Amino acid sequence: MKLKTLLAAGVVAMSSTAAFAGCAIENSVPLKSLSAGFEAWKAVTDAMGECGNFEASLDQEFREKQPEAFAADPSLYHIGGVANATMIPLLNAGSIRPLDDLVAKYGQNLTPNQLIKVDGKVMAVAMMVNAQHMMYRADILEDLGIAQPTTWGEVLAAAEKIKAAGVVEYPLGGTFKTGWNLGEEFVNMYLGEGGTFIGEGNMPTINNAQGVAALETMKAMTAYMDPEYLVSDSTYVQQQFQQGKIAMANLWASRAAAMDDEAESQVVGKVVMAAAPNGSAAPASSLWWDGIVFASNMSDEEADAAFQVAMEGIDSEMVSANNDAAVWLIKGYTPGKLATGAAATAANGALPYPASGPMGIMHTELGNGIADYLNGAKDAATTLADIEAAYMTAAKEAGLVQ
Amino acid sequence: MKFKTFAAFIGPSVFMMLLFIAFPLVSVFQQSFYITQPIYELVDVETCTPGFLTQTCVTETQSMPTLDEHGEIITQTEFVGLQSYRNVLELGRAWEALSAGSWTAFQSIDFWKALRFTLSFTLITLPLVICAGLGIAVMINNATKAVRGPVIFISLLPFIITPVIGALSINWLFRGDGILTAALEWYLQRDIAMFAQAWTIEILMMFYRVWHVAPFAAIVFYAGLQTVNQDSLESAIIDGASRWQRLKYIIIPHLMPLIVFISMIHLMDSYRVFEEIVGFSSQGHVISLQWLTYDFLVPDQAGNRSISRASASAMLTMIGIALLLVPLLRRTWRDHHGGH
Repeated sequence: MKLKTLLAAGVVAMSSTAAFAGCAIENSVPLKSLSAGFEAWKAVTDAMGECGNFEASLDQEFREKQPEAFAADPSLYHIGGVANATMIPLLNAGSIRPLDDLVAKYGQNLTPNQLIKVDGKVMAVAMMVNAQHMMYRADILEDLGIAQPTTWGEVLAAAEKIKAAGVVEYPLGGTFKTGWNLGEEFVNMYLGEGGTFIGEGNMPTINNAQGVAALETMKAMTAYMDPEYLVSDSTYVQQQFQQGKIAMANLWASRAAAMDDEAESQVVGKVVMAAAPNGSAAPASSLWWDGIVFASNMSDEEADAAFQVAMEGIDSEMVSANNDAAVWLIKGYTPGKLATGAAATAANGALPYPASGPMGIMHTELGNGIADYLNGAKDAATTLADIEAAYMTAAKEAGLVQ
Repeated sequence: MKFKTFAAFIGPSVFMMLLFIAFPLVSVFQQSFYITQPIYELVDVETCTPGFLTQTCVTETQSMPTLDEHGEIITQTEFVGLQSYRNVLELGRAWEALSAGSWTAFQSIDFWKALRFTLSFTLITLPLVICAGLGIAVMINNATKAVRGPVIFISLLPFIITPVIGALSINWLFRGDGILTAALEWYLQRDIAMFAQAWTIEILMMFYRVWHVAPFAAIVFYAGLQTVNQDSLESAIIDGASRWQRLKYIIIPHLMPLIVFISMIHLMDSYRVFEEIVGFSSQGHVISLQWLTYDFLVPDQAGNRSISRASASAMLTMIGIALLLVPLLRRTWRDHHGGH
């Protein structure tokens, strides 16, 4: 007993020393950051905070604030957290700076993979990847003698068997909430069919056989899903999983840790992370990255300090302390069993999310337009034609299409 | 009162009204006829993004906005007349759908879908709010003095709750296997999914709105009930009028101006139905005009937003409210002038 207490005290003492020693530099320039608010960003900004003089805003609505805040002169924030798509408005407005010289000076620990290059210049430093991939209840599939499904055809067949066996309430879960989530599901499926979204002159190119195939797979899925699928977002699907109500879902890698969270989950250790099922051409998933950008409108001294602090935030120490919080791209990360799904999805050739200005509009129109097809109000071809028409209206208004 | 004193009293208020209501309104009106867009140029860009182990680089032609020497995006503003209104109304498609006799096709056009819901929501909840409000008011009025305070407090509670929070709590009570859905399922011995089709969501929304607004109507009516002429009521009782007849021939005519007032407030409020759509996250099934404006206004991930269409849609919503109010305003006008 006494020994245990002593040991525990020792561990606490050691970890607090580790916290003090968390930052190698002493920062004297006041710095601010604005990023999304999920677990990984919390870990990274906490690590940055150890350098002192640093204030982090973790905000789920960051993408609405960022363009204006970074366009101000001087910029309201020095460091920004972005993903593929949310970097576009900053890039377009020229409010983030090229980082080549800073990377050369302070970026010894970065891997080439982390450097996000646009037109040859490093514009952001990536820290993690995220993708939707297959999660399934190994115990259920094993009981029913179903092999790990690798294509959407197999997933639907497995769902049929699970439905017949009646072991869970709904065989499939899906992040089909109207809006961004539903749009993203189509993006995944359509990439899986080998489609492209935007063609020459920013014209839409989704009304084709691949688009119809993607929609049909989505509709086939709904037969095995909670009938209230149009209101279920990632958190809802995650909870359905945790409560043992669903057996399979193509869910975000960042949600994987929640499956084994003993405080919330009733299915600890039963959920296996696997690659995203394939469509007829590629994995039905898109790769996202999250990373750090730096404002143009700040002095070079501030940029220097901000970059150094950011490097401390995404160093190997932070990763080893928060190994399972995300699928990190940082040196020192050991991919655990929770990361296998995302890794396998990428290895199978999943494409990056095709972020661009026109794609932002396309994603919105997809998210708003697909519900009509799933509700049965329109057939697949009409739905896609209407989405293209809506895209054209919005793109013309934005000046992207003449 | 001297004009100077009057002006000093009313001045700040008029100034605020102009600054925060009239000018923005004029600006929205003006923006609905213009389109402001960045000037794009086509650039070949090589973009590299991380894979799990190695990077993937693609070269593609992208539209990039041009920047001026200060690093600001160069924009141009163009007068487009009624183009944004046409884009919102989509009259061509609407006419095509109607002449083909297809209600489903007509209802798949955003504006008309939203208008259908907004109108039915407004017109169905109106009588319900008035009846419920009157009912609660009569109930409070008939409660003994000792319990009147607590009864007023309890019946006011729904009105105090923040609309979005109220809508969310109804959402959670019925969503999936929420408590009330589970209870209904147990009672009816069948599976129920309240959020799987449009009509159940619409019923929940209307139920929520009536629950939320009826207390306001009730408190106004209750105030009105205090001024009912007691002599007329007594003579009615002596003449053998039933409770219902007294309500119909004495109380309701007396409360008529208040009923018109409540109706006007309710029409204006519920034509701008929005919290319910967000709270119930019903966009997949049901949308409203106000939500449509909001949706145009929200930037997507790439930062695009449709200000012009949002302005047009906002103006159309205002026109809609004005049209709805016409019969009631005419009535008040007539009453006002008849009285003199």
